[in-house]
Amino acid sequence: MTTLIAILVIGLLGALFGALLGFASVKFKVEGDPLVEQLDALLPQTQCGQCGYPGCKPYADAVANGEAINKCAPGGEDTIKKIADLMGVEPVALDESHEQDNTPKVAFIIEDDCIGCTKCIQACPVDAIIGAAKQMHTVIADECTGCDLCVAPCPVDCIEMHPVKETPQSWRWDLNTIPVTHIE
Amino acid sequence: MESIIERINNGKFWQFHGGVHPPEQKWLSNDKPIRPLELPELLVLPLQQHIGSAAKLSVDVGDYVLKGQPLTYSHMPMAVPVHAPTSGTIEKIERATIPHPSAMQEPCIYLKPDGKDKWVERAVCDDFYSLSRETIIEKIANAGISGMGGAGFPTHIKVNQKPVIDFLVINAAECEPYITSDDLLMREHSPSIIDGIKILDHLLLPGHILIGIEDNKPEAIRALQKATEGYDKVRVCVLPTKYPTGGEKQLIKALTGKEVPAGVIPGQMGIVMQNVATCYAIADAVINDTPLIKRVVTVTGQSLEKPQNVWALLGTPVEFLLSQCGYKEAENSMLVMGGPMMGFTLPSPKIPIIKTSNCVLAPSNKEIPTPSDEQECIRCGQCADVCPSHLLPQELQWSAKAKDYEQLKKLNLFDCIDCGACAFVCPSQIPLVQYYRVAKAEIRFQQVQEIKADKAKARFEARKARLEREKIAREEKHRKAAEARRAKMNANTQEASQAKSAVAAALARVKAKKGDDAQEQEQVDNTKTEQKLAVVAAVARAKAKKEAKAAQENTSSSASSPDKDRVAVARAKAKKLAKAQEADTTEVQAEDTTADNSSANDKKARVAAAVAKAKAKKKSAQSAVSSASDTTSEKAVAAKPKDANEKDDKKARIATTVAKAKAKKQSSTDIDNPAQEEITKEPVQAVSATDDKKARVAAAIAKAKAKKLAKATDVEPEVDVNESTPDNSVDDKKARIAAAIAKAKAKKQQAENK
Repeated sequence: MTTLIAILVIGLLGALFGALLGFASVKFKVEGDPLVEQLDALLPQTQCGQCGYPGCKPYADAVANGEAINKCAPGGEDTIKKIADLMGVEPVALDESHEQDNTPKVAFIIEDDCIGCTKCIQACPVDAIIGAAKQMHTVIADECTGCDLCVAPCPVDCIEMHPVKETPQSWRWDLNTIPVTHIE
Repeated sequence: MESIIERINNGKFWQFHGGVHPPEQKWLSNDKPIRPLELPELLVLPLQQHIGSAAKLSVDVGDYVLKGQPLTYSHMPMAVPVHAPTSGTIEKIERATIPHPSAMQEPCIYLKPDGKDKWVERAVCDDFYSLSRETIIEKIANAGISGMGGAGFPTHIKVNQKPVIDFLVINAAECEPYITSDDLLMREHSPSIIDGIKILDHLLLPGHILIGIEDNKPEAIRALQKATEGYDKVRVCVLPTKYPTGGEKQLIKALTGKEVPAGVIPGQMGIVMQNVATCYAIADAVINDTPLIKRVVTVTGQSLEKPQNVWALLGTPVEFLLSQCGYKEAENSMLVMGGPMMGFTLPSPKIPIIKTSNCVLAPSNKEIPTPSDEQECIRCGQCADVCPSHLLPQELQWSAKAKDYEQLKKLNLFDCIDCGACAFVCPSQIPLVQYYRVAKAEIRFQQVQEIKADKAKARFEARKARLEREKIAREEKHRKAAEARRAKMNANTQEASQAKSAVAAALARVKAKKGDDAQEQEQVDNTKTEQKLAVVAAVARAKAKKEAKAAQENTSSSASSPDKDRVAVARAKAKKLAKAQEADTTEVQAEDTTADNSSANDKKARVAAAVAKAKAKKKSAQSAVSSASDTTSEKAVAAKPKDANEKDDKKARIATTVAKAKAKKQSSTDIDNPAQEEITKEPVQAVSATDDKKARVAAAIAKAKAKKLAKATDVEPEVDVNESTPDNSVDDKKARIAAAIAKAKAKKQQAENK
């Protein structure tokens, strides 16, 4: 009799908690994959496609589904480290097929050479190039992510990637110091 | 509130945490009056001398400018103009090293003074109380005044506060060692400073005005107290000397006991702080209409013979100041702009004085030796004791070395005011502030990158959305256009019906084109069946006539009957075979899709029909002749048919052999050409029906051809009717050539016979 009661009680409890869990999974369902969002936030959003995916979000999606974490060239080691932390894996070196150079760059159109073909405008993932057919184009430097995607389509090779100029505002301190000591 | 004032009135102040007492070294320069300098040969004016955005140039190279004339302008609220410190000519505008720790090059105006020091027209205002708040703020902004204590925040922004201000704090602490510029300014120009304070009072309407000053400046304190007599709102608060009392948050804490939380600007707490030098500049700007073109600079250090405070025009190169103060350059000597605690070394003595430069320090090697090597942190904790911001410098240092920026943010690195107290007390000589500066710059850079990334992401998504929208819009447009067309066509107008018929015609054309092959095939089939029917009919007719003739002949001459019978049988066989072949041909040709073939077949069929008809006619003539049987001529006539019969016989036999050969050929090959060959030959045979030899030759040729074809099929055993046209066309050609050869041969033989 006691055994029966025990079985009954345990079974009832099981059913109860099962129902509770089922309810919770429906009621508090997480929309979308938060991991993808978190990964996307870590990526530099240059939308350069160097990882082989058409933008940062698709790569974040792929990483969440097991893609290698070391394919983001603009992000470099820092981004790899952050992704590794988030994913709980060991950080690895940047994929060797990618350029190691991740200094921020900005596209520059040699305006004298521009023929106004609009090909770069179509290639720009962030609409940072302005111009019209047969009109000179130019880059909105502040919006340019330095993704390099406009360089290849240019039929007259008038787009160059320049490193972003450092200003006193963006300058990073070096470790020079003024020591102050007690003097007699 | 009252308690704070009571405390202040009682001379009791608060203490901020930490702080250090570095050697003051103020004696070097605080015993001499501020010395006005003669004009330097060249002034270098950086376009941006303050925090915020740079202004735009309003002068050009070669322009003659008057003293006090603005050289730049800007519509941005965070930008203030730069003025010509003296009259002269703009010599050049180019990039030069600016007084910034980065030692970077920025655009600078080079002004060559003409020595006349001719002022631009000024409007002196005796009673600023009559001016509106907006006018005063505009005057301050146009005078190019930015905070002169060090940070260089545009003053007109700071004095344009909306919330109620409880305390206006005047920073006269001047806590950093060596610097005495504010001290001397207060000693010599207290009334002007108090005028500036009155203007600020007029603008901000604060509850109380507190002048915070360290007790190491007794002369300045006396001067201020004298100047503020009868000005009840103002209290000169003498604070104990401790570095960094002059820090904004530290001074607020020391005077009011209020802590400014992280990320909060004092204005939000009802406190505004201004430097004494800024107050002087405000008074000069509002009352004398004099823009900020000069400032007091402490030129000090033990490398100088006569260290002293000087009135330096903005843009004066540091080397000019040094030469005026008797600089003895020594080996390894360094030049520092600002104080020893928070200043930075100058990369070259050509760097100009700007609005925020309060001190040029030329120390001897004894004063500031070259930095000794950094040792390991011994965890003594002195840095934490002296930190005025309640931070944990050693933890910050570890995280900064590990580049753990998240941890640094958690440790409130951004509350660090770079005062350098921690580095000053560090027994291991760790340049802590430098680590923090590097880390701060790195974090700021990352924040900028993050903002940029967010912007890029937003733009990328916006672009994606736009492309998607455009695609949908395009599809919608196409759909609507199609609908409109359809609607137009369905409408009962003439135009619509015309359009409809045109469309129908076009559709028909398209269909015709599309179904070209199929139709051709059908046509071919139709002609074939027609041909077949015609052939069958002809055969039937011929048979009927033959039978009739045979019957007649049987009645007239029974001797010839077996012959005739044979002939008839042979013919029938030949025709049957021909028909069979033709059927084969039809089948083959039905599979064949080229138009050429079908037309050729058509011709052939017609020829065959004609031949059949001709034969039939001949026969009917023969029978007609034989029907008149009784006359002698009848015999002759009868002989003729006999001859004809004999000939027919031969012909039939040849035809039979040919047909057999062909049948064999066709059974062995699936190629349509032999059949065509046969058909083309048949008429030839028929036409030359009377020519036995020719017929035999033709038969031989046909056999030869059959062999050739058989060989060809051996060579290409898998030749299929459905195979590619090149093969077929090759075969076709071959066959045609063969036919032509056969014809030529036949003609030759005919000629020989003749």
